[in-house]
Amino acid sequence: MSGGRLNPRPAERIDRARPLTFRFDGREVPALEGDTITSALAAQGRLTISRSFKYHRRRGDITAAGNDGGGLVTVEGRPSVRAALEPVREGLDVRSQNAWPSLERDAMRIVDLVGGPFTPPGFYYKTFRRPRRLWPLYERVLRRASGLGRVPEPRDERTYRTEHRYVRCDVLVIGGGEAGLYAAIRAASGGADVVLVDDDVEPGGHLLVNGRHGDARRLTEEARAAGVQLLTGAAALGFFDGLVPVAQGSTLHMIRAAQYVAATGGIEQPFVFPGNDLPGIMTSSGARRLVELQAVALGSRAVVTTIGDHGFEAALALHAAGIPVAAISDLRTEANPDLVRQVAEAGIAYLPGTTIVRARGRGALSQVVAAPIDADGRASGSTRHVLDCDLLAMSGSIMPATSLLLQSGATGVFDTTSGRFLPGELPAGVHAAGIVAGHDGASVLSGSSAGDAVLTALGLEVDEARRADEARRLADRAPRVVAVPPAVAHDGRRGKAFVDLDEDVTAKDVAYAAAEGFDGIQLSKRYTTVTMGPSQGRTSHLGSIRALAAATGRDAAEIGMTTARPPWTPVELGVLAGRPHAPARRSTLDGRHRTAGGVETWVGDWRRPESYGDIAAEVLAVRQRIGAIDVSTLGKLLVRGPDADALLDAHYTRRMSDAPIGRLRYGLMTDDRGRIVDDGTVCRTGDGEYYVTTTSGGVAGVLRRLTWWREDLGLDVRITDLTATLGAITVAGPEARELLSGLADTDLELDGEVFPHLTARHGSVAGVPCLAMRVGFVGELAYELHLPSEHAVRVWDAVTAAGARPVGIEAQRTLRLEKLHPIVGQDTDAESTPASAGLGWAVKFEDDRPFVGSVALRHLDGQPLRERLVGFRCPGDGPSEGAVVVSGGRAVGRVTSSRPSPQLGECVGLAWVAPDAIEDGTPFEIRDGGRSLTATVARKAPYDPDGARAAA
Amino acid sequence: MSFLLTCPHCGSRPVGEFAYRGELTPVISDEMDHAALHRAIHLRRNVAGPQREWWMHRAGCQAWFVADRDTTTNVVSSTALASEAAPEATR
Repeated sequence: MSGGRLNPRPAERIDRARPLTFRFDGREVPALEGDTITSALAAQGRLTISRSFKYHRRRGDITAAGNDGGGLVTVEGRPSVRAALEPVREGLDVRSQNAWPSLERDAMRIVDLVGGPFTPPGFYYKTFRRPRRLWPLYERVLRRASGLGRVPEPRDERTYRTEHRYVRCDVLVIGGGEAGLYAAIRAASGGADVVLVDDDVEPGGHLLVNGRHGDARRLTEEARAAGVQLLTGAAALGFFDGLVPVAQGSTLHMIRAAQYVAATGGIEQPFVFPGNDLPGIMTSSGARRLVELQAVALGSRAVVTTIGDHGFEAALALHAAGIPVAAISDLRTEANPDLVRQVAEAGIAYLPGTTIVRARGRGALSQVVAAPIDADGRASGSTRHVLDCDLLAMSGSIMPATSLLLQSGATGVFDTTSGRFLPGELPAGVHAAGIVAGHDGASVLSGSSAGDAVLTALGLEVDEARRADEARRLADRAPRVVAVPPAVAHDGRRGKAFVDLDEDVTAKDVAYAAAEGFDGIQLSKRYTTVTMGPSQGRTSHLGSIRALAAATGRDAAEIGMTTARPPWTPVELGVLAGRPHAPARRSTLDGRHRTAGGVETWVGDWRRPESYGDIAAEVLAVRQRIGAIDVSTLGKLLVRGPDADALLDAHYTRRMSDAPIGRLRYGLMTDDRGRIVDDGTVCRTGDGEYYVTTTSGGVAGVLRRLTWWREDLGLDVRITDLTATLGAITVAGPEARELLSGLADTDLELDGEVFPHLTARHGSVAGVPCLAMRVGFVGELAYELHLPSEHAVRVWDAVTAAGARPVGIEAQRTLRLEKLHPIVGQDTDAESTPASAGLGWAVKFEDDRPFVGSVALRHLDGQPLRERLVGFRCPGDGPSEGAVVVSGGRAVGRVTSSRPSPQLGECVGLAWVAPDAIEDGTPFEIRDGGRSLTATVARKAPYDPDGARAAA
Repeated sequence: MSFLLTCPHCGSRPVGEFAYRGELTPVISDEMDHAALHRAIHLRRNVAGPQREWWMHRAGCQAWFVADRDTTTNVVSSTALASEAAPEATR
């Protein structure tokens, strides 16, 4: 039985004096400070961490480095956390995934027992197609049976913060192994500004687990001293046009460098043989991590299987740590004699020319069979080494971790001698160092050379003699001799041999898919989902290529490789999202709205009072007496300059330059297609000077249009956005003139003869200088006071103290609907033209005044409309907004605005209807959810149709 | 997509700070027939390679400028304010 701790290891991270307890599936598990979830469970002899994706087989953490999908757990409600990287804390609540009712007794295990031959790739699509009406039921069951983890319930408030940080530097080194550290030190010493990111808690990579942790710490110090900025626990996610996002805890660093060095190392690949997923089977580097970093007594009897000298190093290291190693099975027939002698001295049986052809065990590994194999991977001859063991350490091919390089634009090139893919030509500014470059065993030279290459590219000085010497030694180094394992090694009997443990894809599945015609790597990947699991092919990419090569009789070079998509390392969506960022714009009257009991709502970016508690009373206040509305959210632009006339005449559907000074005109803006983009009022305030208002959300778009045209036409106009500088208060109602007369200074004459409807005057109200504009949006005598926003409170207090009732936007919407005034963006959409929206009266074609959209509108002039915006009246509360207008059972339009009118006693609204049924009084049908309503077309405003009240 | 653009006023900034208007578009004139108007309004060259296009420094100085960008590599070879670019260069 495995479990327990070894004697202290020199590089161990655990603190034996600080025990703690956490919970796994509700049961208490003892651990030590410095343990990961994986190591703490392994020290208790628990190697099963999850159930597999499809067959619900027991799975352990095979790489102990987060490079496989077997070690995913739910931690404190966060799904699919990598157990190998998650430190344990006192009381931490950890739950296994993909198992029901429990990890030990999983009901869905039945899929594995009866499945296999019955669940080939595409099984679900093929089997559950008919009858189609049952698909929703199938889907519900299948969705529950598959997938990893559960998305947590949404919460209103985030309990943690995430940040984005932007970094610019000369050099980004990705990977803090020996090669990365040497590259960073060389580049920083040569004067470059270097950032190094590493996903482990400390830099060092393999040095940390191969007995050279002292070197790792010395190099780390050297890098710091040279000025390298080190980010640990930081995973590079991808390569996007020269931007590398790096996730470090709750921070996402957006790093942009002039030069990149990928020193991402390699990933030891598992062997493919029947039973290769039993808990107790690990990569040798995974086993060494648990042994060296947490001193886990992983097994009582280990077997090592390898294709090269690195397996001997692993076997000797496990032996030295106190784990008995029974045998080493090497696919090669010859090995380094020195290493062969050393394993013999350690009492480890050496089995040259063999590989593992089967693993057995109930719930965990108990026995492996090693045998010589033929070219197809089948056990040959009569020799069978049946070895009892509870740990199998696999030292397979080292697959360079090329994903980031491939994302940057490099292609993978097959290397026949090592049977793996190496990065080919790299894009400008991208370098590779160490194992990822194929320089196994030459990290120092490779890293230093990359550092020199970076310095040269940056135009910094390098020691030319040293550079040439290192380049020569790197080129002349002796290649490592390795064997290439077969796609699958087996003894000819049944059993699942997994190519991809994440996705439960067997070698047989790949062959089956190839036989069905999915015989290219891209097709095979999509059909079988091989390499598409959580680890993105880290431990299955090479195996999938070999399996497809074997199934189609081609060689791996012909098959080629796929590019893993970002993120290369799993990352929480919350980290990608960054800090919750929902800025709210508030008017300077916001405090007054709160004290008056205003109910807030979002209107675009603004927070505005929807009402002050009684919408009907607010509507009636404006109609019968007087109300005050905060309209500070209106977009406000000051347009000045010699070409101001030309710019505005070219943008509004009617001429503005011939308006008398002080006159307001309704301005409608269209785009080149003749579609409505915004509206507002335009006031000519002087020669070559206009004060322009836009819709509340529209000012940025209008400003962008106006400034682009100014640049494109080369006009001499200044456009100043005063939206935040000025506040605006509408004082509306039959008593508006009387109320303002009591507050206005002598400079503001309010008499209707002097200050008629649709004009503007400067003057002071309550001592505050204003631009007062008489507008008719709510259909009553109304003054829109535009004034410095910091003094808006004074005017608001004065008018409300004088009897004006605060009125919210909900009442304002009702008031304008009683007048059938549309709101651009609410009642119009991207296809609305002035004619279709009933705003044709605002368009004036003039031969000497083309405007944006005039050519298109002339083309459309006289063409039949597809739909028409009309007012309607409807008994009762009326339809909801978005309800469908139907005719003859067919949808012909929709309701865009609808409000009950307190004084009309029925609903008023605006709707798009068929253009042949727009006569006043025409009834039409509205379907609103399950309801059917009859409304009648209203072509004239239900309230004050002649507009006498606004013009009073 | 995550490249750098050089604002003529503010210098090299991440693309996220800018608003994109797109490739240069033809002037719409009264003489256009229906087909020509349709082409001018709705159809774009959609070049795969170098093209001149309009950008605006939305999160900065608000300036509009023209940039020469290779749409296949996102390498921006030059940027200039419209007033400083050759007159024919903005259409």
